[in-house]
Amino acid sequence: MKIPIKVLINNKEVKTMVEPRQLLVFLLRDQLRLTGTHIGCDTSSCGACTVHLDGNAVKSCTVLAVQVDGRSVHTIESMAGSALHPIQEGFKEEHGLQCGFCTPGMIMTTANLLRTCPNPSEHQIREALEGNICRCTGYHNIIKAVQYAADKLQKEVKHV
Amino acid sequence: MIPSSFEYMRVSTVAEAIDALRHDTDAKVLAGGHSLIPAMKLRLSQPSKLIDISRIPALNFIRDRGKYIAIGAATTHGTIATHKTTVQKLPLLAHAASMIGDVQVRNMGTIGGSIAHADPAADWPAVLLAAGATIVVEGSTGVKKIPASEFFVDFFTTQLGEGELITEIHVPEPTVGTYRQAYAKFVQPASRFAIVGCAIQFELKDGVISNAHVAYNGVLACAFRDAAVESSLNGQPLTEATIENAASKAGAGSNILSDNFASAPYRAHLTKIYTKRALQSCLA
Ligand SMILES: Cc1cc2nc3c(=O)[nH]c(=O)nc-3n(C[C@H](O)[C@H](O)[C@H](O)COP(=O)(O)OP(=O)(O)OC[C@H]3O[C@@H](n4cnc5c(N)ncnc54)[C@H](O)[C@@H]3O)c2cc1C
Ligand code: FES
Ligand code: FES
Repeated sequence: MKIPIKVLINNKEVKTMVEPRQLLVFLLRDQLRLTGTHIGCDTSSCGACTVHLDGNAVKSCTVLAVQVDGRSVHTIESMAGSALHPIQEGFKEEHGLQCGFCTPGMIMTTANLLRTCPNPSEHQIREALEGNICRCTGYHNIIKAVQYAADKLQKEVKHV
Repeated sequence: MIPSSFEYMRVSTVAEAIDALRHDTDAKVLAGGHSLIPAMKLRLSQPSKLIDISRIPALNFIRDRGKYIAIGAATTHGTIATHKTTVQKLPLLAHAASMIGDVQVRNMGTIGGSIAHADPAADWPAVLLAAGATIVVEGSTGVKKIPASEFFVDFFTTQLGEGELITEIHVPEPTVGTYRQAYAKFVQPASRFAIVGCAIQFELKDGVISNAHVAYNGVLACAFRDAAVESSLNGQPLTEATIENAASKAGAGSNILSDNFASAPYRAHLTKIYTKRALQSCLA
C-alpha cells in the first residue's frame, strides 16, 4: 500500500505517494526524473548513487524513500548554478572523469568532505572517497580534481 | 533489486516501538537500514513490517554520565567518530567508528543496529568487549543491562530476546593516562568489513600491564575475548618481547572462520599479526 511522504528535494517541496519498499534512488530517477544520480552496483558498494540527506552523503540505493519523509535531499542536479560548481569545474579541468558514470557520486561525496574538511590532504581525500568506485580514471585525477575544488572554494571564501 | 512488500511505521518513543513489536512478531526494527535493507533486497529477510526507530530522540544522544558515557542505540557511526564527548573521552570508540565502511555507510549505520545484527566481521562487538561496555535492552517486561561479554553468543545471534530493543550502550570512561587502547583491522577492500579485527584495552601502571581485555572480530562465529592472550599480558612489562609472546598465543582456537576472502590458517596468521600491531600502537 502506498503511503504519503513529503520531502524537500533540491530545496523544492515534493509531496508524493510511495510504496514502503521504494528505494530513494528509484524515487529520484524514475518518479522525479532526476537521472543524474546513477545506479552502479545496487549493493551499496560503488557510491554512484550518492546523494545528501540533511547535508550528509548517503547511498540512495540503500535508503528507503519513506526514511527521508520530512527531511531534505540534495542530488547532483542541485550543484551547478549559472556556472559549474567549483567541484564540477575541478573534475572538468583536471580530467577527473572518463566515462563519467561515477562522477555524480564522486562530486556529492567530495562536497560532503569539503564541508567538514575544507583543506584535505591527499590521504584524507582518498579516505573520504573510499565508498566511491571508478572503473576508468585510476583515481589520480580525481584527487587532483578535489584539490582544485578545495583551492578554489577556499579562495572564494577569502574574497568574501 | 527490490525488497518484498512490507508495511512501514515510524515511532517516536521506545514504548511505541516495543508495543508495535509485541503486536506483530514478523515485524522488524529499522535503524540505519545498512544491514537490513541489503538483506531485504536479496530477499534474505522478508519482514511484514518495519518499525523505524531512527528518529526516536531518546535513542539519539551521546552523554557523559560521570562514571560512564551513554550512547543511544540509534546514534550513527559517523556521530560517534566525530562527537566531542566520544573523541575526548572514548578515543577507542571514535577511532573504531571512523574505520567502519565508508563515509556514506557511517552516515546511516548505527551502533545499536550493528550489535543487534552481530555480524561476525562487524567492528563494534570486539570494540565494546575490549572497552568493557554494557548493553541496555528494553522489552515489555522491563529494562535489562547485559555486559558485552555475555551479549554476543553466536553467528548473528545475541542475548536480545523477541520483541526487545537495544536502547543504550554504556561505556566506562577509561582513566586517561593509565589506560592504553587500540583497534587494528585487516579490511576486505570492497566493503571495508574486517577480515580480522583486534581491539585491546589494558591498564599500564609503572610500565606493567594489568586488566588486559583483548577481543577479536572476524575470527570466530562471534566476537570474543581471548583469555590466553590476556593472561600472557597481565603482570608483564609493555615491551616488544611481551608483545611477541602475546601475539604467538593469538588465533590458537578451533572453528576459525574460513570463506572466499581468507582461509582459516590465513585468518589465524592475521590474528597474530593484528594482535601485534594493536599492541605495538600502544607502545608510543
Ligand atoms: C557497504 C557497507 C560496508 C560496511 N562496512 C562495515 C564495516 O567495515 N564494519 C562494520 O562493523 N559494519 C559495516 N557495515 C555494516 C553497517 O555498520 C551497518 O550499518 C550496521 O551493521 C547495522 O546498523 P543499522 O543501523 O544500519 O541497522 P539496520 O540495518 O537498520 O538493522 C540491522 C538489524 O538490527 C536490528 N536492530 C537495529 N537497531 C536495533 C535496536 N536498537 N534494537 C534491536 N534491534 C535493532 C534490525 O531489526 C535488524 O535486524 C557495512 C555496511 C555496508 C552496507
Ligand atoms: S548503486 Fe548505490 S552504492 Fe552502488
Ligand atoms: S569515470 Fe568511468 S567510472 Fe569513473
